[in-house]
Amino acid sequence: MNPFSYQRADTPEAALHAVTADRSAKFLGGGTNLVDLMKYNVEHPTALVDINHLSLSEITPGPNGGLSIGALVRNSDLANHREIVAGYPLLSQALLAGASAQLRNMATTGGNLLQRTRCYYFTDTAFPQCNKRMPGSGCGAIQGFNRIHAILGQTDKGANSPETCIATNPSDMSVAMSALNATVQVQGPKGKRSIPVRDFHRLPGATPQVDTVLRPDELITAVDLPSARFAKNSWYLKVRDRQSYAFALVSVAAGLELDGNTIKSAGFALGGVAHKPWHSPEAEHALIGQPATPDTFRKVADLALRGAKGYEHNEFKIELAKQSIVRALTVAAQGVQA
Amino acid sequence: MPPAMPAAQEEKDSTVQKQLPHRYDGVAKVTGKAKYAHEFEVPNPAYAVMVQSTIPSGSLKFIDQSAAAKAPGVLAVITPFNAPELPKPKPQPPARRHVTVFQEKDIWYNGQPIALVVAESLDQARYAATLLHITYNPPPAKLNFPGRLNEGRPPKQQGREPADSKRGDVPTNLSNSPTKIDVTYTTPVQNHNPMEPHATTAMWEGEKLTVHNSTQYIDGDRMTIARDLGIPMDNVQTVCPYTGGGFGSKGSTWSHVVLCAMAAKVVNRPVKLAVERGQMFGPVGTRPTTVQQIKLGAGPDGKLLAVQHDVIEHTSVMEDFLEPSAFQSRYLYDSKSNQTSHRLVETNLGVCTFQRAPGECTGTAAFESAMDELAFALKMDPLQLRLANYAEKDVEKDKPWTSKHLREAYQQASDRFGWSKRNATPGQTKEGNKLIGYGMATAIYGANRSASQATVRILPNGRAFVGAATQDLGTGTYTIMAQTAANALSLDPTLIDVKLGDSTLPKAPVSGGSQTAASVCPAIPDAALQALLKLSELAVNDPQSPLHGLTSADIDTKNGRLISKKDSSKSETYAAVLTRNGNQTVEGQGSAEPAQSHEAFTSQSWGAVFAEVAVDIDTHMPEVRRIVATYDIGTLMNTKTGINQLQGGIVWAVSTALHEESHIDPSTGRTANESLAEYHVPVNADIGTLDVTCLNIPDTKFNPLGARGIGEIGITGASAAVANAIFNATGKRIRDFPITPDKIMQAKSVTQSVA
Ligand SMILES: Cc1cc2nc3c(=O)[nH]c(=O)nc-3n(C[C@H](O)[C@H](O)[C@H](O)COP(=O)(O)OP(=O)(O)OC[C@H]3O[C@@H](n4cnc5c(N)ncnc54)[C@H](O)[C@@H]3O)c2cc1C
Ligand code: SF4
Repeated sequence: MNPFSYQRADTPEAALHAVTADRSAKFLGGGTNLVDLMKYNVEHPTALVDINHLSLSEITPGPNGGLSIGALVRNSDLANHREIVAGYPLLSQALLAGASAQLRNMATTGGNLLQRTRCYYFTDTAFPQCNKRMPGSGCGAIQGFNRIHAILGQTDKGANSPETCIATNPSDMSVAMSALNATVQVQGPKGKRSIPVRDFHRLPGATPQVDTVLRPDELITAVDLPSARFAKNSWYLKVRDRQSYAFALVSVAAGLELDGNTIKSAGFALGGVAHKPWHSPEAEHALIGQPATPDTFRKVADLALRGAKGYEHNEFKIELAKQSIVRALTVAAQGVQA
Repeated sequence: MPPAMPAAQEEKDSTVQKQLPHRYDGVAKVTGKAKYAHEFEVPNPAYAVMVQSTIPSGSLKFIDQSAAAKAPGVLAVITPFNAPELPKPKPQPPARRHVTVFQEKDIWYNGQPIALVVAESLDQARYAATLLHITYNPPPAKLNFPGRLNEGRPPKQQGREPADSKRGDVPTNLSNSPTKIDVTYTTPVQNHNPMEPHATTAMWEGEKLTVHNSTQYIDGDRMTIARDLGIPMDNVQTVCPYTGGGFGSKGSTWSHVVLCAMAAKVVNRPVKLAVERGQMFGPVGTRPTTVQQIKLGAGPDGKLLAVQHDVIEHTSVMEDFLEPSAFQSRYLYDSKSNQTSHRLVETNLGVCTFQRAPGECTGTAAFESAMDELAFALKMDPLQLRLANYAEKDVEKDKPWTSKHLREAYQQASDRFGWSKRNATPGQTKEGNKLIGYGMATAIYGANRSASQATVRILPNGRAFVGAATQDLGTGTYTIMAQTAANALSLDPTLIDVKLGDSTLPKAPVSGGSQTAASVCPAIPDAALQALLKLSELAVNDPQSPLHGLTSADIDTKNGRLISKKDSSKSETYAAVLTRNGNQTVEGQGSAEPAQSHEAFTSQSWGAVFAEVAVDIDTHMPEVRRIVATYDIGTLMNTKTGINQLQGGIVWAVSTALHEESHIDPSTGRTANESLAEYHVPVNADIGTLDVTCLNIPDTKFNPLGARGIGEIGITGASAAVANAIFNATGKRIRDFPITPDKIMQAKSVTQSVA
């Protein structure tokens, strides 16, 4: 870990001022991701701007009958919030499927959106190649141990290309937010803007070092949820190597709005498969107007995985994702709450 | 043995002790008073950080330390280019492993310690470590283990048994067997990850060196440190009152221990060195990956006609280590013929070492799964197959067992489990989206014992003291030492003070091979006897004592009193004798070692393990619902600590079956998942209910306490029980541990009906 300065900001403006003044400064949320990466010498901010004292810890009524979640609302508070549990059980389930109770008590909504990949070649500086950590160095994962890596939307131009990256986004929360079509509210030196969460995270493209469209001098202030449509019929399914406290091999966030057995509208995203929560407009659209049957769900699963490509250790994710999609949509359609 | 023997020793049945209701060290641990190696206060400590190689093979070209040396707080940067020269002792496993202490520039594995940065604070040392500029000469490394199985060769040295064995004519018996199987199982690299990673604090006072080290063997540490540094053993004291888990990795003295002492000398002040979690994957030992081919042939009645178990495993290019996965297959069951072998493939990975039940863990995972395959092929109940091949004696050595009650264990555990309800056809039992399966296996682990010594003191305040240079790994050594001393002294166990983990105490062996209880405890009655003799002598020679004029042989002991055998009205407390005689303390030294007569027998611990597993039909996630097990481990000395040891072993077996694997990057030889976030071990939600009992039948032919050791057997057999339950649930046999959801999804079921 490198030496760094610490300062506490009391208003968003002060926080923004501090990061604009020092280009390698970073906001400190719960610190559960940033501080780990600093210890591993992957992140080396020269200044930490502690935003924990900003008043962004409330969940308030949002525009159009939705809810607005302050960027500092802790994952555990969000998961257990009465209106979230009642109106957005999908989000609550996704949060509770993530990390451990202790981590969720610290993790913030904004920090969770920005948590970085768990790719081993990224988090261990002893590996010589990682385009995300050292742009231009190549990708260690593509010919390495790539069980947790992406099958959709990755950039694969060979191990030595400066563009290659097959990393996955590890967040559960973001997958649910993508299915729910939430909006991220940010504030920068030039003012505020809204970014649909589905556009917030990026695919690696030619610049795998850039995870999101958020600019370094922008602060997440809130995440807005649209009015609750999937309260009755939704499910977050997380497939992992142990029953708890493991990142998803594959996860599915599925929300359905039903009219009898016919799907009126749907929200649907995948985790563990891509550089961002994977939202396939095509697959989601294919649900609309269809009967909520295994047949429909299988078609949707095939659509969602179209173009998927696996590697030595993660080929299995393609089939696993399909089976998981069918299961999650089936459970959502049944309206089981747990 | 003195001629006049106090009656205290005559009828004292040490197999039936009064138990301490709680762990002796429990309060100290939960209140944070128990001090671990890194926590000892030393004056003005400096902090050392270990820097590791990032290539798997070759040599160091140069370490440019100019920037690091100038960083704030840095006291020294020690590397193979400037380290003090040490004498070159010969490796003598297990007390000394081939470790790197900066005497050479060769690199043998990725993660090898190559520099130490010592600074005023840990943060300064860590930061300075990032400033080192290291260059290498990297020749190609031997990494691809599965692709080089043909390079397997016999181990250079023989272990506790020969690496190969042959009894009868296996090939002929195999070909004559009406039912046979030929299957290959693989197990991965595992790394011990005790809650307390390795840590050392070293302090020199003149020529004297004190080392606080988290260890399973303080005396081994002392020998190795002295030998490596070329100083007299008497100048070294090693201390470790609490070890936060070891599992075998702390049975050897690794580089960081010697390097910490070296650094303390270089900077001329005490140094603390904590091995980081990520450094637990390489420099402090690993369990090797194994490939195990098993051939079994049986008659129509299930009787084994042939057993063949051939193991190929990786070993470090630095040093041979054999994980003897096929040893137990020689005597686990009766068989007409039996053949085993072990081969090593040199690989540029860290040194392999003992890890909880080395051999039996991986060996039973494979062999007891293969037995399940045989039962399926024979259309026979897996438990009946075991009973049909019950070994009434050690067939391999043709010796009787000191004691074996495995039949009772099978019976009790299968009854409690409800084994009779098992559906023999796989893939038939469904609950909602889950397939349910039952599996079973036999657990086995050797019974080990070494020479040990102990001191017992009877104090004038009514209490007593017992001490030995042994270790408590969280296993309960304190607790059973207190009980054993109490029993021998006729005192309540709450009146005993225990000291261990200090090399100035009487010698005790390494806490490995589940031998601490069976080795250390037998020395305690001997020491107690000597102390009681001295006490009796004081009493009979003291005119003020009611026992005056008797001989020690006339004296019995009960509840802390010396009592005349002939006239029980004549008695007094130990404390009364001692206070009257100048408030003195009497002390006895004791020792014990395995009896010669033991050569005529074989001693093994046994167990029967039953598991219920549910497998999700869509996510393929396996879930262990319950495990029921009964063990025949001789005397259960303390229920709380003993059952806890067995439960812990079972949890690790579940881990071996379903979760645990160090993933080695194929091109750099680095462990990719070197953190507890990514190196999966079970969490609470993975372990359903555990129902563990012991038969508690003393094995007094093995030792007077009747206890055979309990630390390792729990990890044996249970992995196979889980794997066999997965087969029963799904009809899928996964022969590559750990059994993760992807492997279950991709495997073919033997039954058509299951997807
Ligand atoms: C062992 C372990 C297991 C885990 N398991 C899971 C899991 O299963 N599923 C899962 O989803 N997650 C998991 N996590 C990740 C966890 O959810 C994240 O670490 C957490 O959500 C990050 O939130 P934080 O507030 O601590 O972020 P921080 O570490 O404080 O910050 C992360 C990043 O976001 C930036 N930042 C924070 N807040 C803002 C803001 N308001 N505006 C702009 N930038 C900001 C920081 O500068 C930093 O770059 C796990 C973590 C660990 C350590
Ligand atoms: S997958 Fe991405 S994060 Fe991982 S090594 Fe390749 S470039 Fe780096």
